[in-house]
Amino acid sequence: MAQQTTIWKITSLLLGLGLLAMIMYGCPSQTGMLDTREAAQKVYVAPGEYDEYYAFFSGGYSGQLSVWGLPSARMFRNIPVFSQDPESGYGYSEETKPLLMTSYGFIPWDDSHHPDFSHTDGMPDGRWIFINGNNTPRVARIDLTTFETVEILELPNTGGNHASTFVTENTEYIIGATRFSIPYEMDKDVSIDSYKENFDGSLSFIAVDPESGEMSMDFQIIMPPYHYDLGRAGKGPSADWAFFTTYNTEQAHTLLEIYASEFDKDYVVAVNWRKAQEYVREGRARTVPAKYYHNLKDKNTGIAVSTVHDEVLLLDPKDAPDMIYFMPTPKSPHGVDIDPTGEYIVAGGKLATVIPVHSFSRMLEAIGNEAFEEVINGIPVLEYEATIIGEVENPGLGPLHTEFDGDGNAYTSVYISSEIVKWSLETFEVTDRIDAYYSIGHLMITGGDTPNPDRKYMVGLTKTARDRFLPTGPKQLHPAQLYDISGDRMELLLDFPTIGEPHYAQAIRADIIKPNVKQIYDLDDNNHPHAVKRPRDARVERDGDVVRVYMTNIRSHFTPDNIEGIRVGDTVYFHLTNIEQDWDMVHGFAIKGANSGEVLIAPGETKTIVWHPQRTGIYPFYCTAFCSALHQEMQGYVRVSAADSNVPLTWRTGDE
Amino acid sequence: MQQVTRILLLLILALVYTGCGNGEERESAPARDEAPELTQFELEHGIGPVTERLDIGDINVERARRGAEVFDLRCTACHRMGRRFVGPPLGEITEARSHEFIINFILNPEEMTNRHPVGQALLQEYMTIMPYQNVSKEQAIEIVDFLRYYAETGEDLRD
Repeated sequence: MAQQTTIWKITSLLLGLGLLAMIMYGCPSQTGMLDTREAAQKVYVAPGEYDEYYAFFSGGYSGQLSVWGLPSARMFRNIPVFSQDPESGYGYSEETKPLLMTSYGFIPWDDSHHPDFSHTDGMPDGRWIFINGNNTPRVARIDLTTFETVEILELPNTGGNHASTFVTENTEYIIGATRFSIPYEMDKDVSIDSYKENFDGSLSFIAVDPESGEMSMDFQIIMPPYHYDLGRAGKGPSADWAFFTTYNTEQAHTLLEIYASEFDKDYVVAVNWRKAQEYVREGRARTVPAKYYHNLKDKNTGIAVSTVHDEVLLLDPKDAPDMIYFMPTPKSPHGVDIDPTGEYIVAGGKLATVIPVHSFSRMLEAIGNEAFEEVINGIPVLEYEATIIGEVENPGLGPLHTEFDGDGNAYTSVYISSEIVKWSLETFEVTDRIDAYYSIGHLMITGGDTPNPDRKYMVGLTKTARDRFLPTGPKQLHPAQLYDISGDRMELLLDFPTIGEPHYAQAIRADIIKPNVKQIYDLDDNNHPHAVKRPRDARVERDGDVVRVYMTNIRSHFTPDNIEGIRVGDTVYFHLTNIEQDWDMVHGFAIKGANSGEVLIAPGETKTIVWHPQRTGIYPFYCTAFCSALHQEMQGYVRVSAADSNVPLTWRTGDE
Repeated sequence: MQQVTRILLLLILALVYTGCGNGEERESAPARDEAPELTQFELEHGIGPVTERLDIGDINVERARRGAEVFDLRCTACHRMGRRFVGPPLGEITEARSHEFIINFILNPEEMTNRHPVGQALLQEYMTIMPYQNVSKEQAIEIVDFLRYYAETGEDLRD
């Protein structure tokens, strides 16, 4: 009985405490949830509803470009660009392999950093998105009606194309630059110690055809052997100009961590590209040898074709006056960002104690007054005081990149102190700051690099997740954070893991892209030389050791699905045409023992996979994409006989 | 008496706690939305873009030839004229079904399979849903002419 009383007492006490807690703090499920609920409501996109923005995150060392919705942070697609993708067959299929060709051979990887849209009147027009390959310098174009990589152009005479892709106001040019200075003549064999005599910098101007989007290397500018880090095209009054940051003006070639950090100032390069273009058209550029690849997917056939170029136009600033200037800026700057009016040029001196803001109109005045400190290789160096209009004090440690909201505010990512600082373009004073999780690189505001930003969302692209998510071992995905910037204070809404290592990102209102997205490839427009559009044309042909299988796919069979007469040592091309014409009805193809990825074939498309059978036997092939209730039945067999066998070549489907 | 007080206190507490539910209770096993019943026209002529009788006139041989071309590209993966293949034989289909029914089946195969009793019966028999093949209404009429011509003359215009 005594024991029972004790239990009663304890139970009553616990329940009483619970009641007290409930009276004081409300029901437990609501405790402390109010702010989180508000944030959740802002990012919640109900089932069946659409996001307001498409966002494109670079993949960094994945070489890809991932596509997201904002504000939900749902991932829609991961586009392979400078990478092989065993899921889709990109970089494995015969149609796409040429896209990854370079003057160094087939290179199925690169480091993709900075996506930028094609522009009309300075605004993203939703036609194409471009992205750079940093390592073996390249620029790619992705078609935003199909979300597929359709073109890759190699940059000659460049060591690391980092300041790319940034696109001018009406997509006249995509800019590029050498990050690591190297001898301009690429195959030159010299001592590394001869850096100052033999190494050069270069800037690249890639023209874009306004109708087709096709890219071409228009001209390069030879530069002193500094490192060219990031760039931006001007806008509005500065639209004819492009800007680049430099570091390593010390011209170090070893232990740059120390030796490239000695000077108090490096430069922002200002290039009047329109004037440069005039000089090039006047014939002031030299034609110099250069080997580089241009890979383009043919619209009619769907097959990428490589063209090798052997020369490029090179402009020397010594022959091109009034075209290019250095603006001193503190200290090893990383980003250079132009405000929506085109007047302010903000550099992110990663070792600087202030954020310097240069004025475009003051720069023009300084040029007019010839306020030059010196001239380097034909490039006048403007006086720092003559171009600077403000210095933002206390920006945190390691300011990198700045975006804008169109209401007179700038937002700078700060790497070492891991935060975003908001500051006024009027007073150049910090007005707000918020933590980033952890170690932020770029940040991106919806339209924040355009003349007309949407003051809605900001994404912080951070370098390490540490304790933010359930742990997945020593190496985790890179995170991103979504902030609401519509109010006076920045507010964190969400953080989420990403793919690869996103450096920069771009966002565009969904209604600019969505109406133009294709649902199928029209079979009538499929002019692939190995397409087979009607099942009765399906067949197998032998020419020596090369066998071509012309095969159709439709729910739920292949035509043909029984093939005999293949021999060990043959090279077998499966040309697969998906003759479906319904949205999202994709078929896949895989055959046992094929040394590659599968191929996915979109409706109306023809894709080719090559197979080298090495052993006799029966080889099943099947559809890898769950296409219908009878998907498991969508299969076939290939009989492989010995190299010297005389089994006749036959094929069939059903009893026909 | 003390015992009764305790029990009462417990009851009150239990009531307070259960008051903190997790929002509204879900209704158990919600029924899928019932589709509206088919109209007499839909039963006879199919569900789809065509909602009234069409006057497509007599067989037009030129139109039937165009239909043969479309049929060859978009239909022959699954259909034969005189025998069952992946889908049903079509040699006499124009005698069994109205033009509107055939056109609606071509233009709206998914709904025809899901909601129309004939489509449902065909799915039971053939086990596969006819794919939408992005055929225009004009092309569907051409296909009807091709099928009518075959049914009437026995001549396959694809040959």
